[in-house]
Amino acid sequence: MTENAPVTGTGAAAVLVLEDGRAFRGRSYGAQGTALGEAVFATGMTGYQETITDPSYARQLVVQTAPHIGNTGVNSEDAESRRIWVAGYVVRDPARRPSNWRSEKSLDEELIEQGVVGIQGVDTRAITRHLRERGAMKAGIFSGADAARTDAELVAAVNGQRGMEGSRLAEEVSIDSRYVVEPSDYGWEGEPRFTVAALDLGIKAMTPKHFAQRGVRTVVLPADSTYDDVVAVGADGVFMSNGPGDPSTADAQVALLRKVLDAKKPFFGICFGNQILGRALGFGTYKLRYGHRGINQPVLDRRTGKVEITSQNHGFAVDAPLDGPVTAPEERFGRVEVSHVCLNDDVVEGLACLDLPAFSVQYHPEAAAGPHDSAYLFDRFIDFMADAARSGDGSDDLDASEVSKAPTHAQEEN
Amino acid sequence: MPRRTDLTSVLVIGSGPIVIGQAAEFDYSGTQALRVLKEEGLRVILVNSNPATIMTDPEFADATYVEPITPEVVEKIIAKERPDAILPTLGGQTALNTAIALDKNGVLDKYGVELIGANIAAIELGEDREKFKGVVERCGAESARSAIIHSLDEALGAAEDLGYPMVVRPSFTMGGLGSGLAYNEQDLRRIVGQGLQYSPTSEVLLEESILGWKEYELEMMRDKNDNVVVVCSIENFDPVGVHTGDSITVAPALTLTDREYQRLRDISIAVIREVGVDTGGCNIQFAVEPGTGRVVVIEMNPRVSRSSALASKATGFAIAKIATKLSLGYTLDEIPNDITRQTPASFEPTLDYVVVKVPRFAFEKFPAADDTLTTTMKSVGEAMAMGRNFTEALQKALRSLEQKGSQLTFDSVSEYDVPELIEAAKRPTTERLSQVQRALLGGGSVEELYEATGIDPWFLDQLVLLNEVAATVRAEGIKPDTLRLAKRHGFSDEQIGLLTHTPEAVVRGVRHALDIRPVFKTVDTCAAEFAAYTPYHYSSYDEEDEVGLHAKPSIIILGSGPNRIGQGIEFDYSCVHATMALRKAGYETVMVNCNPETVSTDYDVSTRLYFEPLTLEDVLEVIAAEERTGGVMGVFVQLGGQTPLKLAQALADAGIPILGTSPEAIDLAEHRGEFARVLAEAGLIAPKNGTAVSFEDAKAIADEIGYPVLVRPSYVLGGRGMEIVYDEAHLSRYISNATEITPDHPVLIDRFLEDAVEIDVDALFDGKDLYLGGIMEHIEEAGIHSGDSACVLPPITLGTDVLERVRVATRAIAEGVGVRGLINIQFALASDVLYVLEANPRASRTVPFVSKATGVQMAKAAALIGTGVTIHQLRTAYRMLPETGDGSRLPLSAPVSVKEAVLPFSRFRTPEGTVVDSLLGPEMRSTGEVMGIDRHFDTAFAKSQAAANNALPTQGKVFVSVANRDKRSVIMGVKRLSDLGFEIVSTGGTADVLRRNGIQATPVRKVAEGSSAEGEGTIADLVVAGEIDMVFNTPSGGEARSDGYQLRAAATSIGIPCITTVAEFNAAVQAIEALRTYQWSVTSLQDHARAIRGEDATAPVGG
Repeated sequence: MTENAPVTGTGAAAVLVLEDGRAFRGRSYGAQGTALGEAVFATGMTGYQETITDPSYARQLVVQTAPHIGNTGVNSEDAESRRIWVAGYVVRDPARRPSNWRSEKSLDEELIEQGVVGIQGVDTRAITRHLRERGAMKAGIFSGADAARTDAELVAAVNGQRGMEGSRLAEEVSIDSRYVVEPSDYGWEGEPRFTVAALDLGIKAMTPKHFAQRGVRTVVLPADSTYDDVVAVGADGVFMSNGPGDPSTADAQVALLRKVLDAKKPFFGICFGNQILGRALGFGTYKLRYGHRGINQPVLDRRTGKVEITSQNHGFAVDAPLDGPVTAPEERFGRVEVSHVCLNDDVVEGLACLDLPAFSVQYHPEAAAGPHDSAYLFDRFIDFMADAARSGDGSDDLDASEVSKAPTHAQEEN
Repeated sequence: MPRRTDLTSVLVIGSGPIVIGQAAEFDYSGTQALRVLKEEGLRVILVNSNPATIMTDPEFADATYVEPITPEVVEKIIAKERPDAILPTLGGQTALNTAIALDKNGVLDKYGVELIGANIAAIELGEDREKFKGVVERCGAESARSAIIHSLDEALGAAEDLGYPMVVRPSFTMGGLGSGLAYNEQDLRRIVGQGLQYSPTSEVLLEESILGWKEYELEMMRDKNDNVVVVCSIENFDPVGVHTGDSITVAPALTLTDREYQRLRDISIAVIREVGVDTGGCNIQFAVEPGTGRVVVIEMNPRVSRSSALASKATGFAIAKIATKLSLGYTLDEIPNDITRQTPASFEPTLDYVVVKVPRFAFEKFPAADDTLTTTMKSVGEAMAMGRNFTEALQKALRSLEQKGSQLTFDSVSEYDVPELIEAAKRPTTERLSQVQRALLGGGSVEELYEATGIDPWFLDQLVLLNEVAATVRAEGIKPDTLRLAKRHGFSDEQIGLLTHTPEAVVRGVRHALDIRPVFKTVDTCAAEFAAYTPYHYSSYDEEDEVGLHAKPSIIILGSGPNRIGQGIEFDYSCVHATMALRKAGYETVMVNCNPETVSTDYDVSTRLYFEPLTLEDVLEVIAAEERTGGVMGVFVQLGGQTPLKLAQALADAGIPILGTSPEAIDLAEHRGEFARVLAEAGLIAPKNGTAVSFEDAKAIADEIGYPVLVRPSYVLGGRGMEIVYDEAHLSRYISNATEITPDHPVLIDRFLEDAVEIDVDALFDGKDLYLGGIMEHIEEAGIHSGDSACVLPPITLGTDVLERVRVATRAIAEGVGVRGLINIQFALASDVLYVLEANPRASRTVPFVSKATGVQMAKAAALIGTGVTIHQLRTAYRMLPETGDGSRLPLSAPVSVKEAVLPFSRFRTPEGTVVDSLLGPEMRSTGEVMGIDRHFDTAFAKSQAAANNALPTQGKVFVSVANRDKRSVIMGVKRLSDLGFEIVSTGGTADVLRRNGIQATPVRKVAEGSSAEGEGTIADLVVAGEIDMVFNTPSGGEARSDGYQLRAAATSIGIPCITTVAEFNAAVQAIEALRTYQWSVTSLQDHARAIRGEDATAPVGG
């Protein structure tokens, strides 16, 4: 284990240990103790509160490349879920004093309250370069008394945890029972236009908000919901969210989605949802060396030739052919094309079915944190539901806002 | 999609002289643009009147016009060159305004020239304040409540709605010229009155005060496919009320949540689309109300700006280069990111460091000026620094300023002084940062200081952190952990030394012994997500170093730091030329500089770039990093002006090889006694002089050599603190007020030569041969700082025997001093006696001018001489110098070049609101220069005046009032003007003299006489009323001097030529006659060079 220059500053001693034995010594931040997880780096310069509360970061030790973290404190509006999900937090210079008109407490306090172990004062750029070259890896943060264990013990503890590959985590982060987000919660006036059944695989609060602002009711369902559960809520369309873990473990969700596709129900997936669509169509998924985690990622919409700056957080990707539409390996779903690619490395960032009302993106159109360039995708999904509604009951003269419930019920009865 | 194929030639409009608000950043952006256009195989035509720029190097364009940037001149260039398109977005407001004028007057249509990178409609939407308000509204965002007015009456009406204080901004001016804050009606009348004059459309915007709000700026890029990216967010440390150019700024924004940041981003994208910015860069400024988050859009610039240069350097995203490619039809995703190579330019840079920019001011040059910082930009330069946290970046930036007192100090502050400091900090000045930090040190609370200044509490807390670290260092002394702590927060060895009462060198020695050294990180646009291939480094006290191994020992070039009056872009020019020549010769070059505006800090100009302060400590660490990764061949200190020069001895003492002229030789030239010996040996004389280390000394010397004397501190550039002293009382005043005088800092005293012709020489010497680059004859006589004086090359009134004497003297001095490279010598010719005023064995301010005027690139030659190449080799094998002859003997076919200074007086106001005096003197105050080049002096001079925004009138009224000593010498010139049909207006004694000489001078009341009972105004009133076209006023003492001041102030504020010396007047008369007689033409430097070489029989037409 390499020894680093001691870091000056307050707080108990802390050390970040990687599975290959590299260690970075700093001071404790947030709670003290031990945090184990996969070390990944996130490059966003804003949005740390959204980042740490994003369930997709479950079981990960997140290294923030931006050196100053916590400047705007923590507020009750910006959290993307009910709790902090990062397993541990690695920063260089945490704020001593938050400053923002919406700040309610410091990030440090919030981390302590939620028992999240962090480390500060380490060379986050050196860690990032290490992870970039060697890939995301198992790691541990040890602070206070735990930091005093021998190097061999620490490395052993790090290597004793299970890796991210093969990890099934969506069910761990998902809710136990369903809840509904009404359009009226976000100022929508009038009846909801549609109902979406959203499978919570680690859903972020901003997603139902986007639906609500467009007049769509979201019924958020637990990750282990069945097709019958989806039908039971009267869904006009099905949504699968982002979430943590290895998509190759999501057999239940893949099976569910295949039923949705067989029923020709409109489908929209984000992130983990994209990987599930990929698998449902018969493609494989694979783990990226160090993933895409940032809010500056250029994605090309191959159909329009336009570039969106996107928010991304994924360690796995879909393995689908980039050149032109192909028939899905699961042939009954017809033709599919890679609709979006990341311009940095040509990773698949979106899939579109050409013969079904289904599409998905690997990145985060709901943003939070990140740019809003891709919010139009929510509208595209709503258009699909509107089209389905029209063809469903044949009343083409009805406009979308009047469609609402009736057609869905008709489908349910079929 | 590839680039457009229908374009074969493009005209780029530069930004002209360096002025406050429009500086070297446009040389940087313009140079990038030219490189791209050339790479794309286009024929490139450039117009820029500024000879000190890299972009006007003939090799960067196919046709380089160093001509005034006026619509008339640009039309001549268009008519001659017939370009397909004009790229006007990289030359600041000057270029944009010129393009608008060419559109309005039909020139673009007439010649079928297309604007690329911009369209007129978008420019107008972006810049016309009323239209822009509509844009903002349509984008669902807010502007400050406001009113557009075109007269004072309208302004007073609007004030009733908006209330005081109120922001006043004239339309279509640059750098916020004419802007101000009106707290009451008196302010309003004054600022609006001036603003209506400054605005080319006589339009002024009044708006609700958003003083004290948080201020942000987003730098944006858009391509023709409507892809938009934010390159950089910038947060102002100083809240709204201080021009962003005068504010400390930070990148990225540090006190916004993602929701708030994305809101600014959404608005920016909506605005850029609504305005219709065709392709390229723009920036949008925002104010955010700190208590509620209410966002107000302040303004946008639909072009590359000063902030773009900062954002480019801060992020590594080459805005100007990419903007140029976009203007040719590429899209962002088609352009690779040079730094990562694999990833495209269609992304948003993310930073894992903090960038701090601090402005550099020159109020010491304008003692009468009000130093309150307002919405009118007053800084003359800036330094930028990067660190892995804010404190490190801030402290590095402050020491990059190289100004006495620019580093924070931590001497204890009495709690009794805190209220006074807090009160003082309410008024933004250059002192505010230190006042705030010291108030906090004395026990003031963050809340109190936030209340007083509006500076965000997060930033204030960072200052508290610095105070705490300082206290720890003081209490703990020099221990490993304490040193690490201090270094982590950017403390210099000097600061640590002051805190621990230890000499700086000892602190450094201990630190090195403990191996506490900075590492060098890389600016990579992506926070290390991808590998970076460009070695663009900054230091930080962190863990991992990223400097790669290099195969060959490097040559390190020390740059010139922030622009300031006396040390500007001219020195960057020499540094850039050196690195270009050395790289071409196969060396690995390393640039060290901290000025974000410059070409030298472009990451691909040198093999490696270290964006670092130019202090001994920081430079030694760069050298150490280079030594441990492959070795250092040597360091150039003679190219960047005084900044690196003053490090020469210390670097040599540290065992570092100095390339070119040795530190001993540099010291010899500065040392009076030894230099006198060199002169004596060569049979040359200097004006009688002496070196004083006390007032008594000074008095004795002055008594011996006789008044008037010229006094100045040693080791200064730009004549800082230089004065002509007429008597002992004045001398006493000077010594007690103006200078620090100690044995280490002596004052130099020279006999002042009255009525002498000043001569400037730039030459190269290799130990054996001399190459004299050029001899410049000053137009103003000795006594006016050479940087402020107009000069002409080749000399127009010096006989060949004088030129030969100058040549012989130059060689003798270069040899006697031991120069290896460039030397600049100033001579004075009085009563046919040649005096040596001073010799500087380094690159001078005039090197670029001489290079442009003679077509010989002297700085490149100097760099090679520094590596051992001889002048003989440069003449033969390298073909860098002409095979025979030199700049002292130019053929008659050679053009005449005039260099004219550009002065910033109109920016500086006294606390009463009048402009400061525009009188020239021995202290340099110009910010930049222009060059007029033509076949003869008269037209060249006329061009130089037009280029300096000081176009001479060809008809109208000229006011003449001169001191008694000048009356004899002006009669011929005034008579000539009168014969040409000008009406001569004059007062008192001058009028009498003129009338006796048969010149019909219209009498007018002196300022001191006041208005008559009948309401007849004074000359100052006439000037303000726009009835006078040119003022010629030479100063005398006493009451008349004050009369002159008000007159000059009136002329300065209204922007008409105001001539204060007889020599310049005579030149102006010649030029006016030429303007009246000939239709002059434009000629490219490339054509001039052919004329100099005698290749082109059709020499430039003109005067």
